[in-house]
Amino acid sequence: MSIRIADHVRDIPRSGIRDFFEIVQTMDDVISLGIGEPDFATPWHIREAAIYALERGRTGYTSNLGLPRLRRSIADYVRGKFGLRYEPLSEILVTVGVSEAIDLALRALLNPGDEVLYHEPCYVSYAPSIVLARGVARAIETRAEDGFSLRADALEKAITPRSRVLMLNFPTNPTGATMTPEQWEKIAAICVRHNLVVMTDEIYSELVFDEGAHSSIATCKNMQERTVFLHGLSKAFAMTGWRIGYACAPAPLIEAMMKIHQYAILCAPIMGQDAAIEALDRGDESVATMRREYERRRNFITRALNDMGLECHKPKGSFYVFPKITSTGLNSREFSMKLLQEHKVAVVPGTAFGPSGEGHVRCSFATGLDQIKTAMERMADFVAAPR
Amino acid sequence: MMGLLMDAIIDLLQQNALMPRADMARLLDMELEEVESAIAKLEAEGIVLGYQAIINREKWDTEKVTAIIEVRITPERDGGFDRIASRIAKFEEVQSCYLLSGGYDLLIVVEAANLRNAAAFVAQKLSTIDAVQATATHFRLKTYKENGAFHQLDSAPERLSVSP
Repeated sequence: MSIRIADHVRDIPRSGIRDFFEIVQTMDDVISLGIGEPDFATPWHIREAAIYALERGRTGYTSNLGLPRLRRSIADYVRGKFGLRYEPLSEILVTVGVSEAIDLALRALLNPGDEVLYHEPCYVSYAPSIVLARGVARAIETRAEDGFSLRADALEKAITPRSRVLMLNFPTNPTGATMTPEQWEKIAAICVRHNLVVMTDEIYSELVFDEGAHSSIATCKNMQERTVFLHGLSKAFAMTGWRIGYACAPAPLIEAMMKIHQYAILCAPIMGQDAAIEALDRGDESVATMRREYERRRNFITRALNDMGLECHKPKGSFYVFPKITSTGLNSREFSMKLLQEHKVAVVPGTAFGPSGEGHVRCSFATGLDQIKTAMERMADFVAAPR
Repeated sequence: MMGLLMDAIIDLLQQNALMPRADMARLLDMELEEVESAIAKLEAEGIVLGYQAIINREKWDTEKVTAIIEVRITPERDGGFDRIASRIAKFEEVQSCYLLSGGYDLLIVVEAANLRNAAAFVAQKLSTIDAVQATATHFRLKTYKENGAFHQLDSAPERLSVSP
């Protein structure tokens, strides 16, 4: 028999990244700048704390919301780093990565047909997650000339009577875009006026460079009450595989998200939660060391790309650069495919992050300097080749 | 600002002194000439004293021994520990020499071609110095980490080759 797949699932296109990944898998000696996770292993003190927890036999379920001790650490961390106060017992939910938290928030908030606005190019899961939650995904294009930040006028124009949620991700994967407090004020005013709920995925907020400070829209006036603040340990603490994220939001929404979480997931794995406590309480030094390393690589890769003639703005955050490749006469997919086949360097076509990523490719600098250097040499040869 | 850049250059030199200066310039968003002159300045001012290789003794010159020696000395009325410490430090066998707080005064690291030579250094050169009251010699058995470098390399953890 042929098994029928639900229409809304069947209609979701395959991830452009997945396609690419499968091709790269079949090739040898590829240098990949296509990796969206830190190249560092989790700092030793965090791994060691997790080993100790295992030795003590901490292997059971936790509270659905997550270990109370971890929620207190999260509350302290979020207050210290972002200036946001959340009640650990009722306003914080520990999830399996931010991805799960996004899914929970969307499912808890949307009725079928509700619109979710998000800026594009963006992380690959946003549009599918909205669709899976029976929402309608409405992309707002951001542009290279604005440093890919979200313009208030573009947001205003995209809003309809069905608009219910605005999803944000700054610093942005894949563009490295950031927002200033002044820009946030304008966006926040629109959200209040149109009664939008904001979901802000701030997973890259520790990776902000040039001594700059990250600012969260949740700190703007009247925003915390309408914001789902989403964060996790993966990027800052190099803990992708531990799968620990969290959502901070008003208690009734956390309660609703928890309902879904408890039936679908039960709780995030305790090993990751124990490791997360150590990371949040004592990980600042490790984060600073990795940030310094990323910042230097960012300088390196931005200059190398501009030197080879690919226009590339210097991102203030994240570990991605998003150079423009139109000068080669190729589109994003052709560029990425030829670069991979002819010079064995993997980058991700900008279109994997939405149609407005056309004309760009994403290069991750979460890779050792030696590799980045060789990749840049190969890429320069590729760009210079006559075609 | 200058101090921060010097910190960054020293950090890179400590990670890998052989890193091409052009790479350093790109990493720190500086011009090549700026990096070169900063390093020249660090060298000229005696801030950077030298560059050395870290050798895995299990793979090369395995006969060579390293002795870590605790030394108790009598400080001199004029000059305290400094004069006697620098006298000891001048022996070619002495790789490092530190003045420490605690139960003894100097910690010295001695490299010798073999065990006999190391013993001879302690018995004939070090212990015979008037100010030296006592020594305790420890021989290195195995090195796990030296100057930040691990002697046994863990293989790099695998990552997906492309991920979102």
